[in-house]
Amino acid sequence: MVMITALANPKRFLDVSRTIVPWTCAAAVILLGVGFYWSLFATPPDYQQGQSVKIMFVHVPAAWMGIFVYSVMAGASLVGLVFRHPLADVAAKSAAPLGAAFTALALLTGSLWGRPMWGTYWQWGDARLVSELILLFIYLGYIALWNAIDDPGRAARAAAVLALVGAADVPVIHFSVNWWNTLHQPASILRLGGPTIDKSFLVPLLIMIVGYTFLFIWLWLLRMQTEILERRARSLMMARGA
Amino acid sequence: MKAFTSLLYRDMRLAFRAGGGASLAAAFFALVSALVPFGVGADLALLGRIAGGVLWVSAALAALLSLDRLFQADFEDGTLDVLALSPLSLEAASAAKILAHWITTGLPLVVLSPVLGLLLNLPAPAFGALVGSLAIGTPALSAVGAIGAALTLSIRRGGLILALIVLPLITPALIFGAGAVTGVFDGTGRGAFLFLAAFSVAAVGLSPFASAAGVRLNVGG
Repeated sequence: MVMITALANPKRFLDVSRTIVPWTCAAAVILLGVGFYWSLFATPPDYQQGQSVKIMFVHVPAAWMGIFVYSVMAGASLVGLVFRHPLADVAAKSAAPLGAAFTALALLTGSLWGRPMWGTYWQWGDARLVSELILLFIYLGYIALWNAIDDPGRAARAAAVLALVGAADVPVIHFSVNWWNTLHQPASILRLGGPTIDKSFLVPLLIMIVGYTFLFIWLWLLRMQTEILERRARSLMMARGA
Repeated sequence: MKAFTSLLYRDMRLAFRAGGGASLAAAFFALVSALVPFGVGADLALLGRIAGGVLWVSAALAALLSLDRLFQADFEDGTLDVLALSPLSLEAASAAKILAHWITTGLPLVVLSPVLGLLLNLPAPAFGALVGSLAIGTPALSAVGAIGAALTLSIRRGGLILALIVLPLITPALIFGAGAVTGVFDGTGRGAFLFLAAFSVAAVGLSPFASAAGVRLNVGG
């Protein structure tokens, strides 16, 4: 807690994050490099799905990041609302486009994977994919709300309320889609990811997930720095204009 | 309590006397439902199968379309500032406005829905479920919609953003509402009904707080 309050100073945050950024970048590059090589070339093709099982290594971490980034965003929004701290607002704002991008990537790879597995690009029967689609819309609404309100403080609080309402609703949405899905169960028994995962798949998958996480942290810190500098530039310009 | 009821009556009077109120949302609801056969064809069997879902989607759109009246006019002419300063808490004021919105837009849809069910060849045993699910579920549409309306107050022409914010959040109501109607035949309707009621209770209970937070950040300073 002491560390977090110390970092809440934007100047100190900039200093600390500048030293962290190269390390997170290196970690992301190395982990993703190793993970990609391992998952694409060093794992055997699945006996059922063939080579297309390798889409999993891109898809599953992206889907996981979609949820993870949303919880980061909601947490930052809560801190921003309660303590009225601008840095938390910046953190939530900077995370949203990344989360939307990860979610979009999960949808894209999911439908590309669906083509050889289900024979269609889109299968309403997969509850997780449908929930991801709605999650993407929530991200887009959040970003649109941020952009539409001119006053940054007001925009931050409105977006934070929306993020928290969404955080309460997302599990309900997932549950309702799941419920609906069991009624309209499609013929396909094959779930994305398969029923169980062999250990030869699990290790590279975990490496990919950690790599994606570092990629997110790296880009997130970069975006936060940019946002802080942009705000500083704006206030300098306003001071000069006045 | 007196302030609550007078605010409720005021909003209802405004909705009924200015801007067509109840009849407009109901007319929109009827029109969207009546357009569907032109889109999917006149096959009565098909229409009967999708009637529950179609009516629920139309109800969601009708509720969405009337949301801008919830806070917007009061925001523009300064009434919301007065409400924020009044002894009635903004939470209670939001609850009164949500209730007024439901009475003037949700309730007419519930009353009108059996007629539209006939129009779309909804099977006879499903009529009770249609009316019941709309009666239970439309308050959730007003409640979740109010959050969106409050958050987008200061945005000019915020209608599209309002839709983008509200529609994903009300998918559970849509799923369980339509599920309660179509579930009459395979026995899953009861579960859908209970889930819909749970979602509605949670939405109505929590929405005044989120809506008041949205109003507060837009009226103060």
